[in-house]
Amino acid sequence: MARFDIIEHTADTGIKAYGATLEEAFANAAYGMFTLIADPETVRETLSREINVEADDREALLVAWLNELLYVLDVEQLVFKRFTVLDLNDTHLSAEAHGEPIDTRRHVLRPGVKAATFYMLRIDESDGVSVQVILDT
Amino acid sequence: MASWDGPLNRIDYYRWEIPRSYKKGMRVPGLIYADEKMLPGIRQEQAAEQVANVAFLPGIVGHSLAMPDIHWGYGFPIGGVAATSTDEGVVSPGGVGYDINCGVRLLRTNLHEPEVRSRLEELLTQLFLNVPSGVGSTGKIRVGKKEIDDTLVKGARWAVGRGYGTDKDLEVTEEGGSLKGADPSKVSDKAKQRGSPQSGTLGSGNHFIEVQAVDEIYEPDIARTMGIEEPGQVLLLIHTGSRGLGHQVCDDYVRALRQAAARYDIELPDRELACAPVSSREGKDYLAAMACAANYAWANRQCITHWARESFGNVFGLSQAKMGLEMVYDVAHNIAKIETYEVDGRRRELCVHRKGATRAFPPGHPDLPTRYRGTGQPVLIPGDMGRCSYVAVGTERAVQESFGSVCHGAGRVMSRHAARRSWQDADVTRELASRGILVRAASKGSLAEEASRAYKDIDEVVDVCHNAGLCRKVVRAVPMGVVKG
Repeated sequence: MARFDIIEHTADTGIKAYGATLEEAFANAAYGMFTLIADPETVRETLSREINVEADDREALLVAWLNELLYVLDVEQLVFKRFTVLDLNDTHLSAEAHGEPIDTRRHVLRPGVKAATFYMLRIDESDGVSVQVILDT
Repeated sequence: MASWDGPLNRIDYYRWEIPRSYKKGMRVPGLIYADEKMLPGIRQEQAAEQVANVAFLPGIVGHSLAMPDIHWGYGFPIGGVAATSTDEGVVSPGGVGYDINCGVRLLRTNLHEPEVRSRLEELLTQLFLNVPSGVGSTGKIRVGKKEIDDTLVKGARWAVGRGYGTDKDLEVTEEGGSLKGADPSKVSDKAKQRGSPQSGTLGSGNHFIEVQAVDEIYEPDIARTMGIEEPGQVLLLIHTGSRGLGHQVCDDYVRALRQAAARYDIELPDRELACAPVSSREGKDYLAAMACAANYAWANRQCITHWARESFGNVFGLSQAKMGLEMVYDVAHNIAKIETYEVDGRRRELCVHRKGATRAFPPGHPDLPTRYRGTGQPVLIPGDMGRCSYVAVGTERAVQESFGSVCHGAGRVMSRHAARRSWQDADVTRELASRGILVRAASKGSLAEEASRAYKDIDEVVDVCHNAGLCRKVVRAVPMGVVKG
């Protein structure tokens, strides 16, 4: 089964990510988002960053998680390709993101993502787990 | 994607109303500017539903408006305009968007198409090298922790103070390039950390620098006031915004205002419409932080202008005076502004949200610089990189019915993903080259995503605004060369 699908949206780009668990679906959502930033095939794992975020509910937590990764990308110029969600409850997430500093000669960089939004935000646990988010691109 | 089959009642050839009765909770009707042949496209997606959702905002006056470049966004539609009362109304960060003060700036030159075409490749290379672009790009200016606050308060004025451009540039920038009310203490450290390394960068996505040639002049006298005299004259258009700083400010305040909306008991059909009363602490804080991000964007466009001038100098070996790279104007198209309008016979102070819409003030408006008092404000409307762009001026009618606003571009018709699946960067490069348009891009996929066919026809979009009386077309320009982020 695919880790994520792209949702058609005229101005922006949606991601629907899947997993056996919520942790896995959150990790796959981050992976899906980073495929829009840098081709993961060209990214190596030379370092990792610990990510901790808080939010009011699980949906907001998904947005906060993705936006925190975009913050790290901007501030440290890092791109990621693998994500491990270590702990996730209704209001807190801790995770590790693995990747490396941007190297414009080696990485295939894409047009990127501005932010994760609250629009059409959905978490569905009826049959496996799927999470959906619209990214401002 | 689901289509939309709600009511669009025809008012005249260019105006379509969504009645209040469409959805319980709408405080005002919706109004979409479009012509009949645009309607099937509009109905194919959920943008019209978003127009109806925006009509839920407390204190909204007039109509929830959408310009003919309307397309599906998040929260607000893109091309959306909503004015709320500053006494009883709300401000919504989603009505501005993540790229706060994304906008465009136009420069004119004394150069003409043949002399620029013969050096075009070199010019694009220079622009590409001198203006950092693409994902994760960092600027050539190092802005320290203390100096970033200065940038956020002064905007383009900060950049001019550092030697990037002249006071003359500021006179023809919306708000003089620095919006009042900016308070850096309302901007998070995270936003400032994102902004520090990115000062003076183009970014990616749909941001660009485009070398253009004047193609048609509709109003010669007004064009002359702008320094545009004849077809073939070369222009330069810069499109970018507030980068990661703006994105973080929006994210911070959408979160904060979601909580505020709950506290003030505001019910909304979409979480991305999170809002707070304009007069509340939360609302004021957002506007103070938004002004900072807007100023950051103006500083950004000002720095890029400087490097663009240097690039031209390097290629043509002429003095700046000889080349005449002077600003026509600079407009914001993602912003909320406090402006005064007459509503139902009464002067009212309003918070005008423009989400992918351009301010279009008429002749005589007190906020215009002396140079444009007689003509009306230049309105810069870029099309896609394969067709053309327009310069128009605002009208009194825009003040009367659209809170001094018109469209901001062509508007997408096809998603980025669908565009990437349909053709490749190389196809787009080839097609443009066959028509004499050269391109450079920092990111893989950006040319495919930004191809002409992914956009509405800009001629039709601008004609709707012109024919509806919201603006007057002045100049049309065609692309010669484009640097994409």
